[in-house]
Amino acid sequence: MKRSITRLLMAPSVILLLIWMIVPLSMTIYFSTIRFNLLYPGQNNFVGWMNFEFFITDPGFMPAVLNTLILLISVLIITVVLGVALSALIDKPFFGQGIVRVLLISPFFIMPTVNALIWKNMMMNPVYGVFAWISQSLGLEPIDWLSDFPLMSVIIMVSWQWLPFAILVFVTALQSQDTEQKEAAQMDGANGWHIFRYLTIPHLARPIAVVVMIETIFLLAIFAEIFVSTGGGPGYDSTNLAYLIYNQALLQYDVGVASAGGLFAVILANIVAFFLIRAVGKNLTV
Amino acid sequence: MSYLTITELQKHYDSYHALRGINLSITEGEFVVFVGPSGCGKSTLLRTIAGLESSSEGSINLDNRDITELASSKRDLAMVFQSYALYPHMTVADNLSFALRLAKVPDSEIAEKVRSVSASLQLDPLLDRKPKELSGGQRQRVAIGRAIVRQPKVFLFDEPLSNLDAALRVQMRLELARLHKKLGTTMIYVTHDQVEAMTLADRVVILNAGQIEQVGTPLELYRQPNSRFVAEFIGTPKMNLIEVSDVTRQDEQLSLDIGVGKIAFPNERINGPVPGSIKLGIRPEHMHLVPEGGDISGKIELVEHLGSEAYTHIQLDNQQTIIVKAPARSNIQDGQLVQIKLDLDEVILFNESDRVISKLAEDVSHA
Repeated sequence: MKRSITRLLMAPSVILLLIWMIVPLSMTIYFSTIRFNLLYPGQNNFVGWMNFEFFITDPGFMPAVLNTLILLISVLIITVVLGVALSALIDKPFFGQGIVRVLLISPFFIMPTVNALIWKNMMMNPVYGVFAWISQSLGLEPIDWLSDFPLMSVIIMVSWQWLPFAILVFVTALQSQDTEQKEAAQMDGANGWHIFRYLTIPHLARPIAVVVMIETIFLLAIFAEIFVSTGGGPGYDSTNLAYLIYNQALLQYDVGVASAGGLFAVILANIVAFFLIRAVGKNLTV
Repeated sequence: MSYLTITELQKHYDSYHALRGINLSITEGEFVVFVGPSGCGKSTLLRTIAGLESSSEGSINLDNRDITELASSKRDLAMVFQSYALYPHMTVADNLSFALRLAKVPDSEIAEKVRSVSASLQLDPLLDRKPKELSGGQRQRVAIGRAIVRQPKVFLFDEPLSNLDAALRVQMRLELARLHKKLGTTMIYVTHDQVEAMTLADRVVILNAGQIEQVGTPLELYRQPNSRFVAEFIGTPKMNLIEVSDVTRQDEQLSLDIGVGKIAFPNERINGPVPGSIKLGIRPEHMHLVPEGGDISGKIELVEHLGSEAYTHIQLDNQQTIIVKAPARSNIQDGQLVQIKLDLDEVILFNESDRVISKLAEDVSHA
């Protein structure tokens, strides 16, 4: 009796959530099996796997998958490695610690579009960007980042955006590290590096796993930075899956292929998640 | 021959003077306990010896070597922490061997040392476990093992038993005493528990407000405290203090008027001049309830039966309350009027600045 009342009371929210998820998913599946091009309204006949075939054989497909993975892995490595290093550096009290911490965290508050614009126009611009100025003052040829190293530029922007998140998590984790353990290691003859290697890194295993998983969710869907800065180009050099799907749906008006791409992205995300969780998940039990 | 010598050690924090001129010398193989109330500086002193805190002034010498400025890893000391501070991501075996591995001791030698330590502390079945899979007592043994394995010159213990339950604490206390007997290594032990201090120590150092109040064997401190602080700190229940309202000089002795009676005190037991204001101290176990002919009288307020003995809280005729130890099965009840006899030989006198001015009775009679 009691159980059924609980279920009854919970039902509205559960059903609402279910609809919220099921409707878009089934519509995407449905769209991916019909011809659905906005340029040819009314011709929505069933086409089977054709949309998937179009999407996978698209010349942009392989570069997009690769770019998605390269972007993901690079940003993860950069944010985790730099994040751990910087958090360890600012963990000890020093003059101006508060300000330094706030400055390190602040990029997280900047929206992706603005972030990309700042990097594109103020830092990487080959004529009046900061990087160009540095190159010129050293007597070097300025680099046109966005057209010569488009994916690298996106990686830099996204890393800058996500590093604060990693630092935020790691700094918090470091504050919970036991000082007596560090002192015990000190007495045992450990130097700073030993303490970092044998105590701090194992202590950070779980926060690292958390950062990797949360960042993965967002990094697979990076869009604004690419849209604002490189526009996926030149060619497909900085196109990722999210951008390719946008390209199909809104530039070529082919909702059917875009839906097929969306489903493919879901599958890819699951594969990546499976391997990542296997790789970092064993740390979660410690 | 002093092994560890601390000279004029001072420690200032930003606005706090934690250690105010500590002088102490410890001989090799001694078990020394630092004891005192919280905030007295005992942990700071230990951590300064360990090198975890730097000293502001003064010097520390260990085995003819000045270690004042040395990094803690180079001092050849091992420390057991209150939280045990085991490395959570390493197995017990790795915890034990960590210091040796850092020192690049050959593997075979490490294995040998770990084996002998784990055998002596009964850690063999636990070697592959992680610290969180151990009970409090087992963690404690691992922490001690981690210190032993390095064969340091001095062991430092920072309240190592305070996280254990009462029964385990008694057992570990015994194990520590055995360990000290077996290893014969110098040990310095910090505690706020005077029972631990009394039972473990060869010598007890009582600290108060950043200064050493008194150093001595447990029995010396108990019988011959040199200040009211030490007298009240050592012994449970606390020593009774009774204000002396008037002192009359007679030929061989002083007559002390304590408001509810007069107590005779031999002149020769007084050290130095007789001050105007005197307090009289006597421990609960040195007073006896007698049917008649007592020195003072009062009314029993409350009796605490401990089984082996009973503590009676007695209100004297001048409203002051004292505690008297009575035999377990004495037939006493709340509200009863009683007479109390004092062991006059055990009476201690304090002057107005709370220093002891009386000598032990047996010292005087020998002289």
